[in-house]
Amino acid sequence: MTTYQDDHPQPLMKHPTMTIGYYPGCSLKGTAKEYDRSLRAILGALGVELREIEDWNCCGASSAHAVSRLLATALPARNINLAAAQNYGEILAPCAACYNRLVAAKREIEQHAAVRQSVEYVLEEPFRPGVEIRNLIEFFERIGTETIAAAVRRPLQGLSAACYYGCLLVRPPEITRFDDAETPSSMERIVQATGAKTVEWRFKTECCGAAHSIARKDIVLDLSRQILDDARASGADLIVVACPMCHSNLDMRQASMRVRNGGRRSVPVVYLSELVGYALGFDARTLGLDLHFIDPAPALAKVQGKEVPA
Amino acid sequence: MSDTLHPSLADRIARLTGQHPFLCYQCGKCSAGCPVRAFTELAPNRVVRLVQLGFDKEALQAPSAWLCAGCMTCTTRCPKGFDLAGFMDCVRQIGRQENVPLPEKKIRRFHEAFLRQVERFGRAFELGLVAEYKMASGDLMQDVDMAPAMVLKGKLGFFPHRVNNPAAIRRLFQRVAEAERK
Repeated sequence: MTTYQDDHPQPLMKHPTMTIGYYPGCSLKGTAKEYDRSLRAILGALGVELREIEDWNCCGASSAHAVSRLLATALPARNINLAAAQNYGEILAPCAACYNRLVAAKREIEQHAAVRQSVEYVLEEPFRPGVEIRNLIEFFERIGTETIAAAVRRPLQGLSAACYYGCLLVRPPEITRFDDAETPSSMERIVQATGAKTVEWRFKTECCGAAHSIARKDIVLDLSRQILDDARASGADLIVVACPMCHSNLDMRQASMRVRNGGRRSVPVVYLSELVGYALGFDARTLGLDLHFIDPAPALAKVQGKEVPA
Repeated sequence: MSDTLHPSLADRIARLTGQHPFLCYQCGKCSAGCPVRAFTELAPNRVVRLVQLGFDKEALQAPSAWLCAGCMTCTTRCPKGFDLAGFMDCVRQIGRQENVPLPEKKIRRFHEAFLRQVERFGRAFELGLVAEYKMASGDLMQDVDMAPAMVLKGKLGFFPHRVNNPAAIRRLFQRVAEAERK
């Protein structure tokens, strides 16, 4: 079993460590490796231990439910069963798509006896209920904004952030049971704990086009451009996300957008775990902030807060 | 009506999803909030209308369901509590089972390539997915401009991550197919 140790010199928090099952998902092993890296880096400083769920499989994400309702439920269910068998009461799924599929499968199996029966036929074992599934924002809420604020070593005063939720963290609310589906504000509270300012903007739950990134890039370019335009108009220095699909669409495709729609100021897009990590005093490379297509360094240079000694 | 399937698409969707398409009273709130509405001729509520009226093949062949990004805005806002995103999933699923020409070949090839990666390795392998998608769709130039930067940043893994026992995942796929034949 893989255990992630923190590489921070001293533990900042003295409360007992929580152990949570970690479901990184496929993106965090590839295009979103900085999301994984920043999460691992900051955990120790926040008094949390994550252990990767042994032998996890892909949740099927946006493709399985296009093809088979049963496959789209059985793939996440196998992971929930693995987590239960490995004694985890809760799972952190930092990818919004994985989070949504895991929660949707859990609800569907728990609410519909027929679905449960089919899933158990496929898995060849009973479904194990009772495992809670958390997204990154819930995970930070669980740690507590006071704990995060107390651990800040580099207050992000002077920085203004647009919190982008996209679709799958908040919708549909009957499934996710997390924040307000139209006007969420939980990510803002985490970002404010770092000392940064958050902006009001209109596109925080609009869709970036998600999985159409490969087959219908034109759709993704138009939808993502509108999101970036609104963030720019709101005066934000950067966009904060908690989803690898949103990140790649918004960060990696800005050059193509310029070709398609003409010159616009680029907007850096960072993961929430990176922003929190930066405030906790970790350096940009440790957090993978050097891996983005749009360099966030100029935006982060706006930080005026005085460093707090450890 | 020659376009109606037997049993009708409406009844099949009702059986599979537990929600009958006649729940929809055509207010259009789904279409007002749909992010891909601008990219398709047929708005989401009109796909439901086709199904209500028995134009089953037209509904299956319209690009709308395949263009659905699964953002869940329609499902969230529907005043009747109709899970329109689930309806769209079901239209895609039934479309693949019926012998009708389907739209949006590239999107279908993408989903198929994605799931073949999962079936083979238990996890999605991005580079393998893109290679397989390119072969299947003929879309060879897809994102070649981004590849060098992704390699430099170490974001494009050259080897697949696998589950410990890929045979267990293949068996899961087989049992899904068996259960669906029943």
